[in-house]
Amino acid sequence: MFELLKLRKKHGYQAVPNLRRAQLPEIFRGFPLLDEHQCANGCRACIDICPTSAIETDPLRLDMGRCTFCGDCARVCPSGAIHFSACNRLGATTREKLVIPSGMTSEEFQKSAITVRREILRLFGRSLKLRQVSAAGCNGCEMELNACGNVNFDMGRFGIDFVASPRHADGVVITGPVSRNMAPALRDTFLSIGEPRLVIAVGACAISGGVFAGSEQLNRTFFDTVPVDLYIPGCPTHPLTFINAVMDFIGRK
Amino acid sequence: MNWIELNNLQTAPLAKVPLLSIETFRKDLLQAVTAGKRVVDFFADREADQALLYAVLADDHLSRLYMAAAVFDRENSYPSMTAEAPMLHLFEREVFEQYGIEPQGHPWLKPVRRGIAGISDMEVPYPFMRMKGEQLHEVGVGPVHAGVIEPGHFRFSCHGEQVYHLEIELGFQHRGVENLFIRNAEKPNYLLHLAESIAGDTVIGHGGAFVRACEALEGLMVSRQTRLIRTIALELERIGVHLGDLSALSGDVAYLTGNNVFGAMRTQIINTSMAICGSRFGRGLLTIGGVNYDISAALKSKIEATLDDIEEKVELAAEVLFSSSSASARFEKTGVISTSIARELGLVGPAARASGLAIDVRQDFPFGAYNQFPVHAITLNSGDVFARAYIRYIEIIQSIRIIREQLQNLDSGELKQISSAKLPPETLVVSLAEGWRGEISHIAITDIRGKIKRYRIKDPSYHNWIALALAVRNEGISDFPLCNKSFNLSYCGFDL
Repeated sequence: MFELLKLRKKHGYQAVPNLRRAQLPEIFRGFPLLDEHQCANGCRACIDICPTSAIETDPLRLDMGRCTFCGDCARVCPSGAIHFSACNRLGATTREKLVIPSGMTSEEFQKSAITVRREILRLFGRSLKLRQVSAAGCNGCEMELNACGNVNFDMGRFGIDFVASPRHADGVVITGPVSRNMAPALRDTFLSIGEPRLVIAVGACAISGGVFAGSEQLNRTFFDTVPVDLYIPGCPTHPLTFINAVMDFIGRK
Repeated sequence: MNWIELNNLQTAPLAKVPLLSIETFRKDLLQAVTAGKRVVDFFADREADQALLYAVLADDHLSRLYMAAAVFDRENSYPSMTAEAPMLHLFEREVFEQYGIEPQGHPWLKPVRRGIAGISDMEVPYPFMRMKGEQLHEVGVGPVHAGVIEPGHFRFSCHGEQVYHLEIELGFQHRGVENLFIRNAEKPNYLLHLAESIAGDTVIGHGGAFVRACEALEGLMVSRQTRLIRTIALELERIGVHLGDLSALSGDVAYLTGNNVFGAMRTQIINTSMAICGSRFGRGLLTIGGVNYDISAALKSKIEATLDDIEEKVELAAEVLFSSSSASARFEKTGVISTSIARELGLVGPAARASGLAIDVRQDFPFGAYNQFPVHAITLNSGDVFARAYIRYIEIIQSIRIIREQLQNLDSGELKQISSAKLPPETLVVSLAEGWRGEISHIAITDIRGKIKRYRIKDPSYHNWIALALAVRNEGISDFPLCNKSFNLSYCGFDL
């Protein structure tokens, strides 16, 4: 009993007090800042090194939906035209908004990235239950989504939870590039959720196929017919990125 | 036995691998397994109109690897070896599924990644084993599970609460990783990030095995500083997951204090990885020829302080957890894998050590900094959930001590050697690493132009999934989550 109390005391208070304002250390690779004016003529160093073809030039832009945030582009850039800031707010409600042009600041991105729809606010503003489907996810995003509910992040305090049954869920959270072998199970799970139902794509793999894009073992036809309501980039997506994107999406302060 | 002898990370010309007749290959292999050698890997490759069947065996006591190949010209079958060497059961099934080489008389020639997942409408699904009896029933779980975890299907044959048999059906996660390696062989940087994603919980384990394989082929010597930082990252990965597992095991027996305190400690550890390289899972740290991030003196003292704090807390938390009679009642004598079963099945990692097998790649086939700092495999004998939980606790303490030692040895050495990305032609290398789950093996074979033509990946889960199926036999079905968590195996590492 004494040991238990001692342990409880040592454990202390672990919750991140304000998730909305929490900052990650400088070394974290979050929102990318691009400055085309720094680019040397004809330089393709970032394009050549990018593992997921997330960068294009003329004009310079970076697709956060493909980006694995490995940081290799910033490392090879001879002139410092690419820098990953520690800002963890990366979610957006359309695919196009994930493509970051040169000169965009993270504040500008956040202003327009997530559109709050009135019916979402009304239906899910106070409680959002989600069914997660790992469709060939590598367990990176899955572990981070689990971490969203741990003692540090505890997103349950905002009424946002992962639930076991799709019948109890308001939407599906997809991780992984969607393998051929998981395509039917993903569709079945989605169809088992009562309408209206949300689709949230988490991580580079779910959004674009990530490093697995182009594999013949994927089947991403799910996304041809089902629109995604919220895209949350990352590799894996940090719990703060996920929670903040969802909170913004359901119009929470 | 005239097989080629290798060390971990020692390259060899492909021509030196003896090509044997299947009869000799089979006889040698079975003799070696009977004499106590372990099958590290067993895979096939196609060469013009021939198929080659490779085997890599390990003598853990002598720290030697042995390799040979059998040639298949016209015939495409051979007498199965599984009955005599059960550790081959899955390898033989995989080779059959991928290359059509049939192990005749295999007792259980079940599909590997296309049983119920991955079948087309034209194919018949794999029929699960059926037990007959009036009071028997089946429970099917997955591929989508209750929690936020990877997909797989479990089929239990039960009598009331008691599990008679569990069949595990995987393949849902198959992303074609080995094919992607070959198709992108000329893009080493892409391959590194692909290797980091083989199993996202083993970024440093698999990423490290890949970069060392490339460096060995290229003949690139990395700096001492690089080796130390890689080792620190690998041990942090081990501590982080082990803490997470202790948290999950506590949660499974409704011991919420353990669930929370171990979970919070895990956060501290993975945030330490973040402080080193910007990713909680170590992504972006490794590069072919070195590491991208140094550990400064300030960061070093921060890591030391975190380790001191974790060590004190983990010892206290473990004492509370393992002295709790309600937790012990669930852990002890649950899901027992005996030493002889573990040996026969060729188990690896903490699961093998918890069943009394003193194998650890860091000890038997040291790589990187482990060549300078010997690690001793820690074993327990009971082979139950308790042993698999308790060994995690001991390994956490062991890893903390390793990191402390390595931190002392850091200086300001060079971080990166420039890679020429040129690999020698027709050469192979076996790269073994001890990930937190156990032995990771990457085997690279180059073609006549020095391009990787076969990249074979084996996650430790490949050996250990069958042990989970055997562990739950005769247990209550409610003990399955506990047994499952005590192994914590990778779906995507298996499915590739």
